Amino acid sequence: MLLLVLPVASGLGSLLLAALGLWAPLGATNGAATVWQDLFDAPGLWPAVARSLTSGFAATLLALAATLLLLAGAGLRLRRWLGRLVAPLVAVPPLAVAVGLAFLIAPSGWIARLLSPWATGWQRPPDLLLLNDPAGLALILGLAVKETPFLLLVALAGLGEGEVERRLLVARSLGQGPAAAWFKVALPALYPKLRWPLYAVLAYGLGTYEVALVLGPTQPPTLAVLLLTWAQDPSLALWPRAAAGSLLQVLLVALALLVWRQGERRLGRLGRAWAARGGRGRLGWSRAGGGLAWLLLLLGLGALLVLPLWSLAGQWRFPAALPQLWSAELWQRQGPLVASTLGGTALLALATTGLALLLTLLALEHETLSGRPAGRGATLLLYLPLLAPPVALALGWGAALAGARAIGSWPALLWSHLVYVLPYVFIALAGPWRRIDPRHALSARALGLRRGAVFWRVRLPLARAPLLAAAAIGIAVSVALYLPTLVAGGGRFPTLATEAVALSSGGDRRLLAALALLQALLPLLAFLLALSLGRPRRFRRPPQGAIT
Amino acid sequence: MSAGLTARALALRLDGRRLFRPLDLAVAPGEVLLLTGPSGSGKSSLLLALCGLLPARFQLEGDWWLDGQDLRGLPPESRHLGLLFQEALLLPHLTVGENLGFALPRRPGETRQARRARIAATLAEAQLADYGERDPATLSGGQRARVALLRTLLSGPRALLLDEPFAALDPVLRAEIRALVAAQVRRAALPCLLVSHDPAEAAALGAKTIKLLPES
Amino acid sequence: MRRFLLAVALAVGLGGGAGANDTSQPTSDWAAMLAAAKGQTVYFNAWGGDERINAYIAWAGAELQERFGVTLIHVKLADTADAVSRVVAERAAGADQAGSIDLIWINGANFAAMRQGALLYGPFVQRLPAAERLDLAGNPALTHDFTVPTDGYEAPWGGALFNVIYDSATVAEPPADLAALLAWATAHPGRFSYPAPPDFIGTTFLKQVLYALAPPGTDLTRPPADAAAFATATAPLWAWLDRLHPQLWRGGQVFPPSGPALRQLLSDGEVDFALSFNPGDADSARRQGLLPNSVRAYLLDQGGLANTHFLAIPYNARAAAGALVAIDFLLSPEAQARKADPQIWGDPPVLDPARLDQLSALLPPPLTTLAGALPPPLPEPHPAWTEQLEAAWLERYAR
Repeated sequence: MLLLVLPVASGLGSLLLAALGLWAPLGATNGAATVWQDLFDAPGLWPAVARSLTSGFAATLLALAATLLLLAGAGLRLRRWLGRLVAPLVAVPPLAVAVGLAFLIAPSGWIARLLSPWATGWQRPPDLLLLNDPAGLALILGLAVKETPFLLLVALAGLGEGEVERRLLVARSLGQGPAAAWFKVALPALYPKLRWPLYAVLAYGLGTYEVALVLGPTQPPTLAVLLLTWAQDPSLALWPRAAAGSLLQVLLVALALLVWRQGERRLGRLGRAWAARGGRGRLGWSRAGGGLAWLLLLLGLGALLVLPLWSLAGQWRFPAALPQLWSAELWQRQGPLVASTLGGTALLALATTGLALLLTLLALEHETLSGRPAGRGATLLLYLPLLAPPVALALGWGAALAGARAIGSWPALLWSHLVYVLPYVFIALAGPWRRIDPRHALSARALGLRRGAVFWRVRLPLARAPLLAAAAIGIAVSVALYLPTLVAGGGRFPTLATEAVALSSGGDRRLLAALALLQALLPLLAFLLALSLGRPRRFRRPPQGAIT
Repeated sequence: MSAGLTARALALRLDGRRLFRPLDLAVAPGEVLLLTGPSGSGKSSLLLALCGLLPARFQLEGDWWLDGQDLRGLPPESRHLGLLFQEALLLPHLTVGENLGFALPRRPGETRQARRARIAATLAEAQLADYGERDPATLSGGQRARVALLRTLLSGPRALLLDEPFAALDPVLRAEIRALVAAQVRRAALPCLLVSHDPAEAAALGAKTIKLLPES
Repeated sequence: MRRFLLAVALAVGLGGGAGANDTSQPTSDWAAMLAAAKGQTVYFNAWGGDERINAYIAWAGAELQERFGVTLIHVKLADTADAVSRVVAERAAGADQAGSIDLIWINGANFAAMRQGALLYGPFVQRLPAAERLDLAGNPALTHDFTVPTDGYEAPWGGALFNVIYDSATVAEPPADLAALLAWATAHPGRFSYPAPPDFIGTTFLKQVLYALAPPGTDLTRPPADAAAFATATAPLWAWLDRLHPQLWRGGQVFPPSGPALRQLLSDGEVDFALSFNPGDADSARRQGLLPNSVRAYLLDQGGLANTHFLAIPYNARAAAGALVAIDFLLSPEAQARKADPQIWGDPPVLDPARLDQLSALLPPPLTTLAGALPPPLPEPHPAWTEQLEAAWLERYAR
């Protein structure tokens, strides 16, 4: 547990020092008052705060609504099918989603190209404010596209199979329409399982920089992007301001989570009253709401599809629906670079995930043997790195790691990735691990197996599928990390994420598409591998005519 | 000290609270003793406690011996107490044959073929000759119960502890498995402790009954 | 070809003072330097946004390895300021010997900040054998970075010249000056934009406008005397921008984040102009298929803002010797000529042609995008102008 608290504490601690004026680069301390005054006077601060808040809340609500409305109309079979569909979408890194979505919905994007000029009459892209709009609508859409598959996956896992169906049947037999039954009976059972993932989604929406950089408003941008520009200002004078702003961001996220918590309590009370009132609403509109979820999922798929197109485009002028010239030249030219970067990225992801799995298994096995399950405090600790704003954390780490002279070292890099990978791996594995029937272990002990052997020969094989899934999630998380890699690696460890951002500053859309595609492919591959290796073992078919 | 399972003033405490009145036991080899009591009286926990499988919150009091030997200091895997639950708990990632192999102790110098032959012979004896390669999930409830029993017997137990082993079976199967257990217990001359909330089991097995009485 | 090279040379001031009167002879200890550098790994922090530049740096790395046993690793930056803030963090943490950066591609405000913070190694330029091939005494463009004297703390690497790119297929007659540009933008709303400052192309655009519109007598080579002086000097600029902005792409509500992003908009047909600091940019973008064949580049009548980009070594570099050897190689006639080749990169060389017969022999075939008689280049204003322009722009348009 120290492993999770220490990084967050060290990051935020050094921020605090800087914001209080106790620590400043080049020894130019002006005292806390000046730093905060400077922050509050900074151009664009308050609009940036407002834009972060609206986009974070709106995207979370949108993704939640889409998830619930889709599931309200989904039977067991559709749910199984959905589970297979969204799992790979969850693995796609946010930057790749954002880039693909931008290529899709821009006025010169793929959708406009597909419709032009025959349907729209556009020979040139229209001057429409579709990306980077001041209201943050594109950012909200991008976040919702990114998060809906995640929430769906969590919800599907939380619903399980069968049990909800029985509850729904009872409600239906008591005269409730399908959607009403779902909201009155299934949702209350589901929500507790969605709670923490939702907090993570909200915190991510408030703190994201990758998605905001590509799709978010610009003048001013969201708070996270604004903080980054300050931290990167060459005059160095803005560093204390960035540190103070980071603390403000931490505060905002904490506040937002509290507001959400209050909101969910009130809605819960209203919902219980609604259910107890015994109305027989049909909620026909919820069907239309399910369409919203499908739209978001389709946009996610489209964003993935447009990436290979651009990476192979030789020349692709508006309004051609497909590239006029195809060219694999980019892949040939970038082959060696891509190969080495891919190797480094995969190595780092595998090392981090391996370490995370080891630690998770140690913790879980200890929990199993001692018989003491983790409490609520442990859940909070586990989620802490996912709730802390990434920009604030990275800035703080930069300072702390430099202090430890550890920037650019493998341990620092591994550690910075572990902070994000470990919670996801733990969350993915803990549930299935705790659900293993403890009597399997008892029975094995009585059959003569030692403690250690029970772990290796009983629990581990029983948890094979979730173990592999957790590994795939760990790899996906590691591959997507940009800021921690940049800060802890000192820029010396090129990964697909850092290369994608560095090259995106050159504006070559084909190159960016190729890197985003690779960044998406690595986790997808991990997921496919996990799925195929995690399939239940295939046994010889029962003999013909056997009575079973 | 006599052969079989004997106990004096045996009691179980949970967080210091005694769960039932201390009891004395004597189960001879080849004999079945039925333990009954209301749910929550601690009868299942008593079996786990004998195996050494209960967490530290539970404490087993009193003295007990198997064939005159005090097992209390031994780890669970060295006590050789065959434990069977209501469900068969066959490992889903192993075939039926592998599930048996899982329990079968390795003899020094034994070849893989010889092991396989022993397993095949065991299956054949239980009318499961062709089931070695099968997925346990494809077995019927009765078959599963039989395999579970075989698995426990193969581990070379010195006593059998059964926790409601027939509760999940329909009446016809229940009788069949019950008879099988009784036959195996006699054949292997094992002392057998059986937990059930159904006193009728005693008559069917021709067993003595001890009722756990709640601490008053 | 000659004409273009001359233009570029003028732009970076290469033409001035051809006399070879450098007296320092630093090569006595250069052999020791080479020995020290052998086996070192040099982390070269350089903007990584252009794959052609990346390929050039990879080539240089391979050559350095083969010739001098120096391993050059390109740390690709999205923004050079990343590297500056890293050195700052190391300084603050007391990592004075164990820096993570050995060599940095830099100029302008980044250099000014590092120099001011004493974060650079040097002076080292005179110690390079390559210094003989540079006209350091006669050419102020090589010793001043945005008017700040470099004092030997950074070595010139290449030149830059602000130019405008347009598609001749859609724009027949590009606006020649700012008045024409405003008129054109008003006649074609939504088809012009510029990157948002503090992106350097965006800031350069502001400086270009400032040059044209500042009241007569404004001295841009010195910091503005006070806030009032700055306000007076920039009032016409803001008035001009206030008229321009409603006519811009997306009504001036959104600006592209960078020069390359603006170029992408031109490629998509969303705007009709792109802005660049590399005179070879339009040409190389065409060759890469990033822009249609009909694009052309030109300079505004007032002339293009020109500056030099440099190579510097952080004070705490672990492989300073290796970095010096790398710089010396990057200033070799061969490396400079390759860099100037539009097929490779197209970046103007900094070597003095008068001192080097072989350079002309090595120089690549001509660039064709910049044509016609070229106006004289405009020198960079003092960095204080840059900083205040950026701050004022953000204050006015990003609140």
